[in-house]
Amino acid sequence: METQATFKIWRTHPGGDGTFQTFKTTVTEGMVVLDVVHKIQAEQAPDLAVRWNCKAGKCGSCSAEINGNPRLMCMTRMNELDTWEQITVEPMRTFPPIKDLVTDVSWNFRVKKGIKKFKPRPADQPDGTWRVAQRDVDRVQEFRKCIECFLCQDVCHVLREHNKHDEFIGPRFLVYAANLEMNPIDSDDRIPDLKEQHGIGYCNITKCCTKVCPEHIHITDNAIIPLKERVVSRYYDPVTRILRMFK
Amino acid sequence: MAHQTHSYDVLIIGAGGAGLRAAIEAANAGVTVGLICKSLLGKAHTVMAEGGMAAAMAHNDDRDSWRVHFADTMRGGQYVNNWRMAELHAKEAPDRVRELEGWGAVFDRTKDGRINQRNFGGHRYPRLAHVGDRTGLELIRTLQDHTVYLGVDVHMEHTVIDLVLDNGRAAGVLAYDRANGQFKVFSAKAIILATGGLGRAYRVTSNSWEGTGDGHALAYRAGAELIDMEFIQFHPTGMVWPPSVKGILVTEGVRGEGGVLKNKEGRRFMFDDIPDNYKPQTAADEEEGWRYTQNDKSARRPPELLTRDHVARCINREVKAGRGSPHGGVFLDIAWIKEKLPNAAEHIQRKLPSMYHQFMQLADLDITTTPMEVGPTTHYVMGGIRVDGDTQMSTIPGLFAAGECASGINGANRLGGNSLSDLIVFGKRAGEYAAVWARENGAPRVDEGALAAIERTALDPFTRGEHGENPYKLQQDLQDTMQDLVGIVRLEGEMQTALGRLQEYKARLTRVGVTGGREYHSGWHTALDLRNLLAVSEAITLSAIERKESRGGHFREDYPEKLDQFATFNVMTKQGSGGAVQVSHVPIPPMPPELKQVIEEQKS
Repeated sequence: METQATFKIWRTHPGGDGTFQTFKTTVTEGMVVLDVVHKIQAEQAPDLAVRWNCKAGKCGSCSAEINGNPRLMCMTRMNELDTWEQITVEPMRTFPPIKDLVTDVSWNFRVKKGIKKFKPRPADQPDGTWRVAQRDVDRVQEFRKCIECFLCQDVCHVLREHNKHDEFIGPRFLVYAANLEMNPIDSDDRIPDLKEQHGIGYCNITKCCTKVCPEHIHITDNAIIPLKERVVSRYYDPVTRILRMFK
Repeated sequence: MAHQTHSYDVLIIGAGGAGLRAAIEAANAGVTVGLICKSLLGKAHTVMAEGGMAAAMAHNDDRDSWRVHFADTMRGGQYVNNWRMAELHAKEAPDRVRELEGWGAVFDRTKDGRINQRNFGGHRYPRLAHVGDRTGLELIRTLQDHTVYLGVDVHMEHTVIDLVLDNGRAAGVLAYDRANGQFKVFSAKAIILATGGLGRAYRVTSNSWEGTGDGHALAYRAGAELIDMEFIQFHPTGMVWPPSVKGILVTEGVRGEGGVLKNKEGRRFMFDDIPDNYKPQTAADEEEGWRYTQNDKSARRPPELLTRDHVARCINREVKAGRGSPHGGVFLDIAWIKEKLPNAAEHIQRKLPSMYHQFMQLADLDITTTPMEVGPTTHYVMGGIRVDGDTQMSTIPGLFAAGECASGINGANRLGGNSLSDLIVFGKRAGEYAAVWARENGAPRVDEGALAAIERTALDPFTRGEHGENPYKLQQDLQDTMQDLVGIVRLEGEMQTALGRLQEYKARLTRVGVTGGREYHSGWHTALDLRNLLAVSEAITLSAIERKESRGGHFREDYPEKLDQFATFNVMTKQGSGGAVQVSHVPIPPMPPELKQVIEEQKS
């Protein structure tokens, strides 16, 4: 069964500005938004720029704002959308545009390099390995589900509205830091950096990041809040402050 | 023509598991390393691997060892593998997996706190180190996060157009930067191809857009030898409904956890056709098969976990005989385990979280209550660049290859789980020996004239503009031809027809046109990919015509038997001096007695 749909897709112009361009096309059963964008690209706009890879929700490349909601295009089914009269597809607005739906997300890769890398403690077994119980890595494995789609970064108001890219690493990298801090094999300490350089204090736990996470990671509750608690107990707990004075 | 130029000791093309592992090894050897990736870092197709990586660590069954793994790999590959690579792979995979843990990988654990290993098709014992059903993501993220601290230059969203040689030795590449469409020159003492597969030559595939056989084609055009190109793995279980998701992978892990295949009559048809050489290892009945999936060491594996080529053909047969599911597949049922386990729904969601979400989101189907519909999908190419088993150097000096674009370890059919371990074992070796080569050889010269010629060809589609042929349409036609005529079941006449069409497509490629600017231009990119897709499609078709027997991933309806005289060589394709493809045979060297003995002792 074929049905008409009208898409308004963001197109950039030389110089960096952009406008929505309207496309009418037909949609068949089971299609996701990325399928429709590809169909438009193949039939009407061969130079339309869209970033994608796996089309199965595993690589996190096709992030965009669909009807204003940050989503993966490959995991947004057409039949989830209320109306097909006017579907808007635009790039993530927190990052600089490259072309059409593609944005420059290189800032994220630079931020990651600024976080202290994984540093294993000495092995506890003669064969150079570690014994670790499953329950001790359950939480870390939740964080490691992250596909780096950067939708959480896109929706975070500290970045989106306040442009604190130089002072705040954003929810993705707080999850990354949490994954390292809670890894039972890691031995480094990132708490001072989280407070001083990574700007964890900017997060005021509005949970917008958690809402848009396609992997359903409990970003705020399981990653950011526990890290905030570690910062607080290190630097602001009155008892430890007094104890530290005597050290 | 003053292009931005980069020079490295070692240049790596491709940033999936093999490319990243090679980068780590080369950087640790103290040479300068450049890494070119077609997409953003961490998005390569490795990310899609689900089930795990095979390594005989013997955590879950102490009867396992490299000897069993080696024999399993050779049996799966129908003995046309490069036995040296199969040996190295089986011996080195455990160390490669363990070192990942020291770089931050977090595998699922056994009860005693070691890396947990799961059952998989063709592997005698539980052997796949895994993280739920997202092992590929864990691998690529671990390698990516380790690499970025090593001073490796990463060039994201760059595509290599062609290789340039200097007196027959690899010297550099011309690439283009997608964001601005500008060309860049990379020169290097050693070049490693790690570009993955070519599934995009087919209509139904689990491969992402990147899988266009780039490394295969780059090496081929540069004069390297390709072998085993007829061996394509059609993964038995891809999604078949709705149409827009057709081909997306359904992990073999579903069957490893107890999922069963049924036709529309409800029959477990896999019990009807068990090859003789697998009979001693296969369950006698459904009950034994179930016990195997629940780690009962006295049980043998269910026939759903036979090798992928065999399972894919059985599914194909059921569908053709009219016993398929409503949308042209068969049923894969994991929901039935509720008869066996008290908390089956929770258990399935915990063991197979990505599959649960994939079907829920893309097909409105709850796999904990309802059987899935699945069918074969083009998944992997066993064939590729012919390399030396120890060093991974191709037949072109200074040009190395690792991972899916290299050939040898898998023979006629790859076992699930052997791909991720292949990436880390041979990625490491490629990085190591490329660094040695770079130390021992001076900087090559990159010929300006050669670069200019490549650049002109690459820009041709713009000169034809809107009057040219639509590149997307040509790609679709090519995919239809390969799918319908050189697919899972092959016939001489059909493949000859395909060859004729491929010649037409080559002519059409010279008429492809695109308009607009060069920045992030998907149409232009597709036109560039088409050169590679056409080159590998021709190599596949010619090799498949040459092998007049059926073996592993290559099934000929007109020659359905496996024949001894074809077990002694690999089919090789190479670009001849006039530009036409040369097809010949490369004899397989005799296996040393000690390896022969390993195979004999594992036959029971």
